[in-house]
Formats: sequence, structure tokens, C-alpha cells
Amino acid sequence: MNAPVILDRRRVLQGGGALIVSFSLGRAFAEEGAPAAAGPKRPGSLATAPYLDSWLRIDSDGRITAFTGKAELGQGFKTAFQQIAEQLDVPFKAIHVVTADTQLTANEGYTAGSHSMQDSGAAILNAAAQVRELLIAEAAKRLDLAGESLKTDNGAVAAPDGRRLTYGELVAADMLHVQAQPQSKLKDPATFKIIGHPVPRVDIPAKVTGGEAYVQDMRLPDMAHARVVRPPSYGAQLVECDSSAVEKLPGVVKIVRDGNFLAVVADKEFQAVKAMNTLAAAAKWKESPNLPKQNDLLNVLTSLPSQDSTILNRSDPSVSGQKTVEATYTRSYQSHGSIGPSCAVAHFVEGAMTVWTHTQGVYPDRQAIAEMLRMQPASVRLIHVEGSGCYGHNGADDVAADAALIARALPGRPVRVQWMREQEHAWEPFGPAMVTKLKASLDADGRIADWNFAVWSNTHSMRPGNAGTLLAAQHMAQAFAVPQPKPLPLPEGGGDRNAIPLYTFANARVVHHFIPAMPLRISAMRGLGAYHNVFSIESFMDELAGLADADPIEFRLRHLEDQRGRDVIEKAAQEFGWKRYQKPQAGRGYGFAFARYKNLAAYCAIASEVEVNRETGRAQLLRAVAAVDSGQVVNPDGLTNQIEGAIMQSMSWTLYESVSFDDTRITSIDWQTYPILRFDAVPDRINVHIINRPGQPFLGSGETGQGPAAASIANAIAHATGKRLRDLPLTRKRIKDAIDA
Amino acid sequence: MMTLKVNGQENHIDADPDTPLLYVLRDDLKLNAAKFGCGLGQCGSCTVIVDGKAVLSCVTPLVLLEGKQVTTLEGLGTVSAPAPIQRAFMEEQAAQCGYCIAGMMMRAQALLLRNPKPTDAQIRAELQPNLCRCGTHMRILRAVHRAARLMDTADASVNERSGQ
Repeated sequence: MNAPVILDRRRVLQGGGALIVSFSLGRAFAEEGAPAAAGPKRPGSLATAPYLDSWLRIDSDGRITAFTGKAELGQGFKTAFQQIAEQLDVPFKAIHVVTADTQLTANEGYTAGSHSMQDSGAAILNAAAQVRELLIAEAAKRLDLAGESLKTDNGAVAAPDGRRLTYGELVAADMLHVQAQPQSKLKDPATFKIIGHPVPRVDIPAKVTGGEAYVQDMRLPDMAHARVVRPPSYGAQLVECDSSAVEKLPGVVKIVRDGNFLAVVADKEFQAVKAMNTLAAAAKWKESPNLPKQNDLLNVLTSLPSQDSTILNRSDPSVSGQKTVEATYTRSYQSHGSIGPSCAVAHFVEGAMTVWTHTQGVYPDRQAIAEMLRMQPASVRLIHVEGSGCYGHNGADDVAADAALIARALPGRPVRVQWMREQEHAWEPFGPAMVTKLKASLDADGRIADWNFAVWSNTHSMRPGNAGTLLAAQHMAQAFAVPQPKPLPLPEGGGDRNAIPLYTFANARVVHHFIPAMPLRISAMRGLGAYHNVFSIESFMDELAGLADADPIEFRLRHLEDQRGRDVIEKAAQEFGWKRYQKPQAGRGYGFAFARYKNLAAYCAIASEVEVNRETGRAQLLRAVAAVDSGQVVNPDGLTNQIEGAIMQSMSWTLYESVSFDDTRITSIDWQTYPILRFDAVPDRINVHIINRPGQPFLGSGETGQGPAAASIANAIAHATGKRLRDLPLTRKRIKDAIDA
Repeated sequence: MMTLKVNGQENHIDADPDTPLLYVLRDDLKLNAAKFGCGLGQCGSCTVIVDGKAVLSCVTPLVLLEGKQVTTLEGLGTVSAPAPIQRAFMEEQAAQCGYCIAGMMMRAQALLLRNPKPTDAQIRAELQPNLCRCGTHMRILRAVHRAARLMDTADASVNERSGQ
């Protein structure tokens, strides 16, 4: 096998000679994994990529680079990671952060599940602490002083006699190519000057001045523009395509056809768009009406074969309920709806493929693309470049595969592929539809004696790893089959994420009905199953509070032992001005909801005030107050921004959004047919209150708001109207119908 | 070949007359700020200013722009010398992914040009055509209010210097 190998960082630097770095590159593979070692687990992603120089490099001129295998998706953690390196006692500006790149960074899988701070943040924090110790030890040796007498500040080790050795002077040879210890000597959080402070994000200046900020903005020399002509529906077969007219169009360089995969390449971008339209008109497809009934998802999902598992079964025969209620909640398929459709640039040179992509997982996507191209993964390099916000698995991986497949047909020429709006809407993998059935009974004291929760769902991840997850690979003549879906394992879970309540009930049973068959293309969307499960649990808690004639917040606290959970609930209630049995003005309602994301990440409680127009059914969020506990806060403004965004986005999902389809095609293909929040629906204010926990582990918080926001709004609508809505989205029509019923 | 004035500079453009302005800005003039979002005039991420008014560049063909002045976000200021609206968005940290932000800023700028002291309701109404998916709306609103204050201050200081 003579497959060309894209040089890894070690070989590039060794061979280049131009880059002078003072650490050893001897074994510093970016991918170098952990040897099988027993003993305590290393923190964060140090568990799987234990070498300190996988995370931090110090150049002889003192310049410091932090490497993360995670991708900046607009959450702002590139800035947060730069802050975390304070642990090394260097100025914020001395750090440069390099993000996901299969040639440079550790394999941290996907940037997903609110894991970045827990995995990569913890790795950088602890690596920085341990690198600092190594530098102190080296300085102690050179200065012939005891390590304990030395201090670090501003990128140097300082001795009591005034002598200083900069990190650049100290670092040498293999010094940082050592495996991390399970324990680090971390700074006292009280001394933090950067961590825990609202540092302005490093990516914003370019974004507000027209700098090159996204993969969409990349322009490589001689780059060509390609467009894909997608089938009109899932499974459609290309039966005829006379492309002769397209070939004659100005600027057209090539038409790429491989089975049902069809694309056109042109010199200029709008030439490619025009050629795509002509090619689409020439293509004749055979379609099959295989989609389920959009307005009957409850029966569709609960009728499909499922694999059932009981994930919680707690029994106390001494406690039994008296009053019993049950309810069924549903959620439609929903779109990620990135404002910028997916885009990628690929370049195939001398048998090696490089793809610039906004994928959430450069390593798994590389694996899938290499398999699709029947190339060695070592011959394929994926480099993350920011795209439009994705909120999960959107078209990013697919367009990267499109670009690679097209670029292979044009060796030597970089190819940029930009999906069109209709393609993103019709072909992105949606957030799965879900059904939950709940039944509970109250004892004589108004406590929940018995809780039954069942959830029906597809998997929530069809992410790459296998070529068969990629549209291009599914469509090519030698097609790759879609891999068998798997439920995501607990404790994080997928369809059953947050299905187990954090509340304590004497009797509780939770069943996950995992549905392997996927009528629509689906995958991970922000919060996965937690969005619908928390919506269901927290709506039902309000229904039960009503049955118990209890205040919703007091009712929750009655069943909650977790102190940090109680703290965010009480904080949100207090800041909102929540009062027991308070009556809002006519047409308005107050709502409350709480969850700890995945039952192991950030805590979030949200109180909201909603106004409902009884004539039109229109619900308007007036204000929301959130309290969040993410452990040690790194960038409070970044965290606030994430929670504000979660509330706004979840409000949009909850009030407006559902994918529409007929028996053959997806029919929600733009912003007219898939309306989302606009400025007329923006509330008067959102307040986010952070409960900081100095020194505590980082708890992922990018997704923690999705479920509580939905339930808080639903509970406020119920409070305002006296009607309980259980089918997402809570559209104007559904609210109006409920009022009129 | 057509002449197009963008950010004060005349450019000779070799593109079909039906080419939407967005593609000319991005592909011919290598400008980044105006973004492709939908190509249908539904999302506002391609918004630029033409003769003082906010325009959706993805649905505005080149042929309609002869003799007109096009301004993009790049024409307002730079990282080192930001315009008031750019400073305001930085100071309010009014972005998450930021993909919609250039369009938001240009529509807000057009509003502030004709109405230097807009009410909150006027800003909301003006921004109605523009979509943000990250949910950065509260910050965008704050940034536009801040931009109005910054522009007011800038005007005042210019007037002081010129003795008005």
C-alpha cells in the first residue's frame, strides 16, 4: 500500500526546520492515546490523551499554544480555554488556542453533549498546572534552589533573590512529553484573575468587522465552486440526466455523477448556482412515498417495533397513591436550522485529501470520509473552521463528504461546496420526534407516591464514524448502507436523556422504548432527548402540583434532595419575585421548570411570564429569569450568553417549530415553510443568575436550558389559559383550539 | 463589464447582469461580511446598505445597482478603528456564532442613519426581517441602543471640535 500520508505535526516540524520549537517532537503524535494503565483516572480528556504536550506547547520565545480537540461552534469556549491557561501563570494574550485538526490536536471525538469544558477544559486546566510544576522543577535544578522557594508569574519562574527564568528559557527537549498525573496542584480559586471573569471573546472582533471568520469565507488560490443536486426525496433514484446543456454553460468545469450523487463545479460561485438549477431541471428521479403521516406521530412512533428497557425501577410497597393522573406528551421532528447552510472546502493533492469543515468531530468525520473514498485515514486530514451555529449534527459532515468526493474528481484544485437553503432544510438530520407517557399518583400528604414514565424515541446520534452516515456515501453507485442505529448509553443517554427524574419518589419506573426504524433522517440536536423529557416531566410536575393544590415550586422542593438543585430553584424563584398562589394580570401566566442536564451536568431553573392572546392563541414570552450552576465558572458573560440563547432558541422550538412532510418529500424547506422566532416575539427581558462554585469541576452548560425553558413556557401558558398543552410545538392554533375547546 | 461602487471604491465587475449582488461582493470583491443564508430574501444575513437603505443583497441583481453606492460592514470600520456600531456589538458581546450579525448590524446602521434615536419598539420592528438562530436577540437590541448612544456622542464631539 503506497497511500500517501499527510504528515503529522511531528514530521512536518522535524522536516521543516523553519519552525524552531524547544520541546521534543519525538513522540508527540497528536493522536497518541493512553497506554492501558491502572490507577486513578486522569481529569477530563487527559484520560484518553495523557501526554502534556498534546495540550500545551511552549516555544523558546515564550509563546504558548493550547491545543483542543474540540471545535468552536460559537459557544465561546476558545476564549474560555485561553482563560483556563491562567493556571500556568501567563498573561491571557500570551496564549494561542488551536482547535480541532486531525494533524495537530488530540482526538476528543465530537464537540457535543456540553462536554467541552468538562473534557477539554479540565484537560487544559490540569495540563497547565502540571506543566507549571515541571517548569518550577527545572528552574529549581538550574538555580540550585528548592522548588518550594520559587514562584511563577507572567510566564517566568522567579526566585526570592530576584533571578527569573522565562518558560521559554526553561522548556527543553522532552520536558513536556510526559504523561499527566491523576492529580494536579491547582491554584486557589480565590487567586484567579482571569478565570471567573467576563473576558471579551477573541472571535467577536473579526465577526463584527467582516474578517475571515467562517469556512464560508475561505478562498484558496484557484478555488472552484461546486453545488450538489440532491434527490428530491429520501431514496429517490436518478433514472435519467442529460447534462449536455449544463456542460456548455459559462464557467462550468465539471459535472460529477456517481450513482445518485450529482454535482456541478464552476469557476465562479453564481455560475455554479445557475448550473445547479439547470442540472436539477435535467435530472429525472424515481421517488417512493415512504414517509409516515405527519399529523399522527403519536401512533406512528408507538406502533413501530421497539427495544424496551427499564432504566429505573424503585419500589416501596409501604407507600401507595390515592389520586392518579396520566398524560401523553409528543414532540415533532425539528430542524437545527443553521442560518448559514453547511459549507466545506476540499483539496485533493497527490493522493492526499484535506477538508476544511465545520464538523463537530474531525476524527470521526475523517474516518467516515476516508472509508467513503476508500483511502487510508492517514491520507485524509480534516481541519475545523467555524461555520454558522449548528446546535448539533446538521449538514456539516455531509457537505464535507460532498466536497471530498467532488475534489477527488478535480485533483489539484480546491473545491468549495455550499449547500443551498432548501438542501439544508430538507436533508439535515432532524431532531427526532418523541412520545412520552406519564402516570403518577399522590398520597394523602400530597406527595408523589408512584411515578411511571415511558419514552418512545429513535436514537439521537447518527453521527459519522461510518461512511454510511454520510449522504454522499449513501447516494454513490457503490453505496454504503446506513449503519444500524444504537441507543446512546446511560448515564448520559439519548432518547432517555433526563428520562430519569432527579426528584425522589417512593415508587418509580422509567422505561425506554428505543425505536430502531427511522422514518425521517435524524440525529443529534441540542439537548437530545432531554428537551422533550424535561418538558414532559416538568409539565407533569405542574399538573401534579395542581392536583395536590400546591405551589409548583414548593411541590418540586418537596421531592428534591439535591442541594445544588434546590439552590438554583430558590435563586430563580427569588430573582423572579415568585410568590405562592400569585395571580398575574388577566391573560398572563407564570411558569417554572428545573433540570440538571443529563442529571450530571449544569443545573438550571427558569421562571417565565407569558401573555396569551385568547382571540388569536398567540403566546408571547414577556420575561424569563434563569439560575444556573455550572460549577467553577470560567467566563460568566459567556455562560450568560449561552443560557440567554438557550432560552430564546428553546422558546422558538417550543412555540413554532415542526418539520413538515407529505408522503414522499420534506415540505419545510425554507424560513417560510419552517418559521422560527423573529424579533416581534423577543421578550422584554431575560435575566441569568449564576451560582458560582469556585474550585468545583466544570459542568457543561450549553444545553442545560433547552428543557427547562420549554416546560417553563408551557407551564406559564397553562397558568394563563387554564388549559394544558402537551404536544410540541405549542402553536398558536393549538393554543387557540385548547382555549375554544 | 459594469462599474459598481462599494465602500467608496469603484470596481469593474465582470459578471452576468442577473448575478445577485451578494455573489459579486463575496466572489468578485472577496468581501466576507455579507453572508449567504437563504438566497430567498427570508433571513437578512446578506443585508447591505445601498444609497442609505438596507437591502437584501441575495435577491438584488447587479443590473439594478448601476450608479448606486453600496456599503458593506467592511466599509464602516475595522478592528483597530471600529465604527460606533461595531464598537457597540463588541462591547455588548452581541454574538454567539455571529453568522447573522453582519446583516443585523447593517440593517441597524441603516435605521440609525435615518433615525439616530430610535425607540426599542422601532429597533425591534426594523430588525424583524433578520433571523438569529443562536438566540442573541437581547444582546443585539442592547448593542443597537448602545450604538445610537455612541453615534450621538461621536456627533457631539465632532460638533464641539468644529465649533458648532
